[in-house]
Amino acid sequence: MAVTAFDEMNGIGAADPAAVRDAYGQLKSWLESTPPEHFNTRRSQAELLFRRIGITFAVYGDNESTERLIPFDIIPRVITKPEWAFLERGLKQRVTAINLFLKDVYGAQDCIKAGIIPADLVYRNAHYRMEMRSFRVPHDLYVHIAGIDIVRTGENDFFVLEDNARIPSGVSYMLENREVMLRLFPDLFSKHRVAPVENYPDALLATLRSLAPSTATRDPTVVLLTPGRFNSAFYEHSFLADKLGVELVEASDLFTKDDVVYMRTTEGPRRVDVIYRRLDDDFLDPLVFRPDSVLGVPGLMNAYERGSVTLANAVGTGISDDKAVYSYMPEIVKFFTGEEPILHNVPTYRCREKDAFAYVMDNLSELVVKEVNGSGGYGMLVGPHASKRELDDFARKLRHAPDGFIAQPTLSLSTCPTFVASGVAPRHVDLRPFVLNGADQIRIVPGGLTRVALKEGSLVVNSSQGGGTKDTWVLDA
Amino acid sequence: MLSRTADNLFWLSRYVERADFVARILDAAHRFASLPTNYDGGESNEWDSALASAGDPDAFKTHYSAVNADTVCDFLAFSPHNPSSIRSCIEAARENARSVRTALTTEMWDAINGAWLELRNYAGKDLNRDEFGRFLDWVKTVSLTFDGSAFRTMLRNDAFWFTRLGTAVERADNTARILDVKYQILLPHDETVGGSLDYFQWTTILREVSAFNAYHWVYRESIKPLLVADLLMLNKQMPRSFANCYGVIVEYLDLIADAYGRRGPSQRLAGNMLAKLEGEDIDRVFASGLHEFVEAFIAENNKVGEAIAKQYLVG
Repeated sequence: MAVTAFDEMNGIGAADPAAVRDAYGQLKSWLESTPPEHFNTRRSQAELLFRRIGITFAVYGDNESTERLIPFDIIPRVITKPEWAFLERGLKQRVTAINLFLKDVYGAQDCIKAGIIPADLVYRNAHYRMEMRSFRVPHDLYVHIAGIDIVRTGENDFFVLEDNARIPSGVSYMLENREVMLRLFPDLFSKHRVAPVENYPDALLATLRSLAPSTATRDPTVVLLTPGRFNSAFYEHSFLADKLGVELVEASDLFTKDDVVYMRTTEGPRRVDVIYRRLDDDFLDPLVFRPDSVLGVPGLMNAYERGSVTLANAVGTGISDDKAVYSYMPEIVKFFTGEEPILHNVPTYRCREKDAFAYVMDNLSELVVKEVNGSGGYGMLVGPHASKRELDDFARKLRHAPDGFIAQPTLSLSTCPTFVASGVAPRHVDLRPFVLNGADQIRIVPGGLTRVALKEGSLVVNSSQGGGTKDTWVLDA
Repeated sequence: MLSRTADNLFWLSRYVERADFVARILDAAHRFASLPTNYDGGESNEWDSALASAGDPDAFKTHYSAVNADTVCDFLAFSPHNPSSIRSCIEAARENARSVRTALTTEMWDAINGAWLELRNYAGKDLNRDEFGRFLDWVKTVSLTFDGSAFRTMLRNDAFWFTRLGTAVERADNTARILDVKYQILLPHDETVGGSLDYFQWTTILREVSAFNAYHWVYRESIKPLLVADLLMLNKQMPRSFANCYGVIVEYLDLIADAYGRRGPSQRLAGNMLAKLEGEDIDRVFASGLHEFVEAFIAENNKVGEAIAKQYLVG
């Protein structure tokens, strides 16, 4: 990269080895004073811990190893208290706005009438669910668990890179990374006041219970619905179900009768009130969505429409994950909250617009181009890192279906010191905090998942593309 | 608990038990095959009988042309085509465990996941006789670790009870399979009864169920076929006998019925079986036909397994 990135440890001017930001003072001297063998021992211990506890993820399209460890880096990423306070306010505002937006596009549609967002972008969107037009969801809440991806480019420059309002994953790594760090480096924690994250499962359970429909008893039955053990995030599903103390169910464990959902237990059928589903909309109910889905529960949508069960997140939230919709988020926030957006968007060119498209085609080699409904870092182009051939291929794809893409300037994501083969070196990071939007309150555990691109210069942090993770420390003082 | 969870626990422990059983069969077959040829008359069918006890001979024939130590060991220990090979059992056990991670204690998960990781150090390698012996010993430690961790760490609730049920139903079936294949060895015949070959065959059966030493403690007599059969079927002290397995099955099915406040066909069937075994006498079994008795037991044991599945595991 030609541009020098903001370094989380050294601040601007990463080239100056003596510079250090206050929050990283202790860490820096720890890194400098600890013998390298010690780090190597700890790193292999960390790897062993992760392998024993079975944190693995499956990479789609990878036949060789269906289970792989996500690389874990032992140098934590630190966020100061004021930085976190700022992020927290911004996240609450953003998730509140997203929820109101979803309620609106499936209800009154004021934002379309007011011209905030083009009608066809909503109605013709693959993630827009007509089924959701006909009824109101419990508590008017659509997005209950959101993962908002944040990137940083400078001391005070934070941007939202994307919103994940469908089924954001990764929170198990936030929790396990902390566990492993506590085991490996207890001394380091005694030198810092790190805000705990271990209450996340409690916060999640409180959120899910608050969502129960009015028909439920005072002690609602919550379950976690997984596509099954072949899913890439299955470890996380079973981990969370365990921490929450709720049943981890597959579709075959559930059935509906008279528009009520039950699970099959050794003691007979038991009524289910809230389903934290980690299964895409498409697969939920073969009677309504994909008829070939064996992962779904026939009749689930009817029960949902009748209000006898809550799905978390609601069906149809994918529309707000769309990257073209994302580009309207500043206006959406303003329209629904009446406030200026606290967290900014990355400037975005919508290839569906003629002028923007022309600009993107002319400057492809300097831009990042993404599919509007892509995720996981698949199908994206990082212009500055692409070969001539890749650029040509992508240009052809773009010309063929401009509506399917947006483009953004190549941001110089902040870096954080990371262990790599050659020693400690700066690598680009992002941050995914998890926002829990309950009927009673919004809860955000201080921290999140820091993802790190392990390849030198790489800006792609997704685990499916060779990214790793770090523990994220929000300092309490 | 979820029916599927109970099902996974039940099968998890069945597969662990089966892996242990196959390892014991192979161990005993090796021991028998290493006898000087004049003892076994050069007509040893030990590998045939190992195959019949622990595998599916038809499936074997589609993948191997001859029955010998190498092919049978490969088929029973490592073949992915044999659903009951040690490797298939450990993999299936781990798949079941993965589905019910939340119902397992960390120690149980470690036992089964650790075994699955360790398996890679053996499967697909060309092991010599010593290495293969170490592999079989290792398999036995897997079941010991698994059972031990379940016993030491699980809450005494339905999850534990279904786990123990799986072990007991599988064990009863395994003991019966050995007897089903070898019953003729135990029958009285005209040739030199108590001859060396017979002696080794009887002791092989005892070794297969790790009861060689136990026999002497229980009967304080030299090895006699009638008593070998008694030990494996009717003796309640012997942890792999029909009678002991059914004592366990009835105990845990009763605990489940009490906890759920409801009894069903599985309790009734298992209770009948236990009463029958307790009222049986080994002389009478021989008089009315050992083979028929074992066959009937296998069929009844399957019915109990099906009744448990229908009552609890399918939902």
